[in-house]
Amino acid sequence: MSKGLYTLDFSEIGTEDHDRVGGKCASLGDMTQAGVAVPPGFAVTTDAYAEMLKHHGLQAEIERHLKGVDPDDLDSVDRAAQAIRIRIRSHHLPESVEAAIRVAYAEMGEGMPVAVRSSATAEDMPDASFAGQQDTYLWVKGGDDVVAKVRDCWASLYTTRAVAYREKNKISHIDVLMSVGVQKMVNAKTAGVAMTLDPVTGDRTRIVIDASWGLGELVVSGIVTPDNYTVEKILMEVIDRKISDKHVELVGDAALGEAVEREVEEARRKVQCVSDAEIIAIATLAKQLEKQKKCPQDIEWAIDADLPEGQNLLALQSRPETVWSQKKKDGAKKTYSTGMMGIVSTLNSALKVKT
Amino acid sequence: MDAQTPLFPSAFDVKSPKGAEGWEELYPYYTRFQPARRKEDDEKFWFCNSQHWPNPLRPFDVIFLDFAIKCLGQYNSRHLMIPPANGIDYRILNGFVYFSPVAVAPEDIEARVPQFLERAGHYFGNWNELLDNWKKKVAGATAELEALSFAPLPDVVPLEWIKEGRGLDNTNEIFETYEKAIELSYKIWQYHFEFLNLGYAAYLDFFGFVKEQFPTIPDQAIAKMVQGVDSELFRPDDELKKLSRLAVELGVDEALMTGSVEQSLAAVAALPNGAKWLAAWTEAQDPWFNFTSGNGFYSTDKYWKDHLDIPLGYMRDYIPRVKDGETIERPTARLLTERDRITAEYREMMDEEAQEVFDGKLGLSRTVFPYVEDHNFYIEHWALGVFWRKMRELSKLLSEAGFWPEEDGMFFLNRNEVRDVLWDYCASWAIGTPNVGSAIWPDEIARRRDLLTALGSETPLPALNNPPEVITEPFTIMLWGITSDAIDRWVGGADDTDGLQGMAAAPGTVEGIARVLRSPDQLSELQKGEILVTPVTAPSWAPVFGKIGAAVTDIGGMMSHAAIVCREYGLPAVTGTGNASARIKTGMRLRVDGNTGKVTILD
Repeated sequence: MSKGLYTLDFSEIGTEDHDRVGGKCASLGDMTQAGVAVPPGFAVTTDAYAEMLKHHGLQAEIERHLKGVDPDDLDSVDRAAQAIRIRIRSHHLPESVEAAIRVAYAEMGEGMPVAVRSSATAEDMPDASFAGQQDTYLWVKGGDDVVAKVRDCWASLYTTRAVAYREKNKISHIDVLMSVGVQKMVNAKTAGVAMTLDPVTGDRTRIVIDASWGLGELVVSGIVTPDNYTVEKILMEVIDRKISDKHVELVGDAALGEAVEREVEEARRKVQCVSDAEIIAIATLAKQLEKQKKCPQDIEWAIDADLPEGQNLLALQSRPETVWSQKKKDGAKKTYSTGMMGIVSTLNSALKVKT
Repeated sequence: MDAQTPLFPSAFDVKSPKGAEGWEELYPYYTRFQPARRKEDDEKFWFCNSQHWPNPLRPFDVIFLDFAIKCLGQYNSRHLMIPPANGIDYRILNGFVYFSPVAVAPEDIEARVPQFLERAGHYFGNWNELLDNWKKKVAGATAELEALSFAPLPDVVPLEWIKEGRGLDNTNEIFETYEKAIELSYKIWQYHFEFLNLGYAAYLDFFGFVKEQFPTIPDQAIAKMVQGVDSELFRPDDELKKLSRLAVELGVDEALMTGSVEQSLAAVAALPNGAKWLAAWTEAQDPWFNFTSGNGFYSTDKYWKDHLDIPLGYMRDYIPRVKDGETIERPTARLLTERDRITAEYREMMDEEAQEVFDGKLGLSRTVFPYVEDHNFYIEHWALGVFWRKMRELSKLLSEAGFWPEEDGMFFLNRNEVRDVLWDYCASWAIGTPNVGSAIWPDEIARRRDLLTALGSETPLPALNNPPEVITEPFTIMLWGITSDAIDRWVGGADDTDGLQGMAAAPGTVEGIARVLRSPDQLSELQKGEILVTPVTAPSWAPVFGKIGAAVTDIGGMMSHAAIVCREYGLPAVTGTGNASARIKTGMRLRVDGNTGKVTILD
């Protein structure tokens, strides 16, 4: 079976497809190939987006709106961005594209709640961290809605912030193509993020995990103070834990077809939201991803309430850590004393004891 | 820090426990805090070494305190010229031992460096060759000790001696044998330290380097990279496992499960394959049953060889497990794979230049470190075990001569008083009168016994006076874990009401019921899954590590016995808590976090 032009199941995404599925979906594809459990789904390729632009002649329209925009004048950026978003949303998807999306979605199970997220081709580049600038839609159900949200994602390529960013960094708007990921909603009991280094110190011997009840969005957005666990990466042992008051959680409401924020009852607030075994499972997953991608990773994960224990930990996203990874190494070469002189210098500078 | 308000009290302000007044005369003058030297002693920081001497010392047992400390010092200060460190000064206070490392004056350090380079360099450069020679020396001295024996004085000097005109009697041999035993044990103590300080120095160098690369790396991870899996310290336990398996294979296991040692062995002998198993049992004993349930420093130590009920008891745990199909052997292959994995993963995170340095320091550490573990078997378990057996023989002989009613009476005398007793024994034999000691020692020993009981009723203070700015003595850091954190814990230890803080010595977290043991005699009380809480453990406790859930000790660093054995057995351990065995009671529910060093009392 030849691969789809407009949609690609995560399990079909190969390295050669990375350019047309964007960073997020490429990484989900990689993970699926490598045997990392991720929620199933598919990518709407950049070819679909390009077809949308071409079909409705949107490229010219976009260029026209952006002409004469002054990047330092936020009002002018805002006006142009709004106009472009409205234009994109006002068009139906080309029939062939819409049909492909509907088929791919139907294969996941009709009425399956999904997350629809943008997967921009430049977004997840290690040296251009403007993640989170495009939209994510949760608990989307039904083919009509999925198609509409895909289009909304495309439109979100032209948020005021995104346009201003590209203007400032001299990135060609038209060259930035967007893929969209459609992925089964995780029924998260708990979720959060994990980094394969200590974000505060850059310490690579540690894995730092934030975890809270429900879906991870509240952790990422900082609405809830998550539990914070530190795992020693090589020994794989929990070496620090800070349990927070997790007052709210975001949970899927199947009836409403959306995720709703609700208060966490007293009994669950100040207790550890993941077991030690789960902490180690999350850390193991993070370490595996770091090893695969050969650089420190920033991972989103969830534990699905519906899946059996041992198979319920899902990786939602993995991207390169961008802060410490780009820090220049100390310029001065370190010198070490070796052999007998090493021992002499160790003996002469033995542990200081505080007085 | 204001010198006027020391963190810990002065030795001179510490009261004796009730009923222990006058304890001072049990110990030699040079081991006591002497009022005439108060100024000097108050200026020093002293920490209680309850790791090696967890109980008040009987007067005779001061012998190995003397030898250990003197011999440790000689290698630092006279053989190797460790640049910044001389020996460790020591005192006895209320029966417990206090240490104070002696630094070299800063202006004298540099001059010692070339000497150290030449002397220590020679050892590092010829390590294996010198170590082979060391094993021969120690084996020789141990064999000499083994050959000694004490015989009661005969009624008459042998007729042959008369006929050959020897002109001497049997007393010379008693005096000589006593002196010979002491001299040999003194030599053995010198050998004990011949390589030890160097082993620690190389390990510290590696340790410091890795800490510099990874400031937050757990100490136990560094230990794991260096620690071997085939230390001779594990052999006695391995032998018991082999014997247990062999018993099942030969069908003699049932016979071993009940009755006294004699009854069990007799029952085995009566079985078709009994002789085969008994041959293996006898063979394993030499040398592997030269294994103490203590640490070799006390006359009260019980050696397997003299108490076969101890190894048999352990086998009675192993045999049912073998029959259940359990693997009781240590997973050495897995431990080695794990050691290699840990080493490789940290190494991978270093830059190329650091990797090269790492390889060099790790290589040296791995060459020298086995000695640090193995010496313990050759010296404390084997050689010192022989010494104690000989001394018990002598104590029994003197007991039979009427000096004291109990067989262990001699150990309540110091080693010089024993010389007097030997004189008394020999002189009265010659003169033809009852010895004088029989009228003196029974009451005096009873009095000293009570004094020691009174001394043992109180937990010693962890330290005296103010900690110094820097501790440079490698042993202090490695063995006792005397760091700023440890001292902070001692000072603030009483504040935390539901928990204790110690060293994160072996990873993992476990919840379970506490079993507080104050002596190895209580080991059989341990139930499967319980958390062992004790002042200090000994390597010979290894068999119980197969059934406990975790270990918590009062004292000990990263390389203390409990830490090493727990890492080997994959059990969480928290060492150096200061007072866990006093604060925790048997039956309490505990959470032991071997990753953070925290012990929480759950109810």
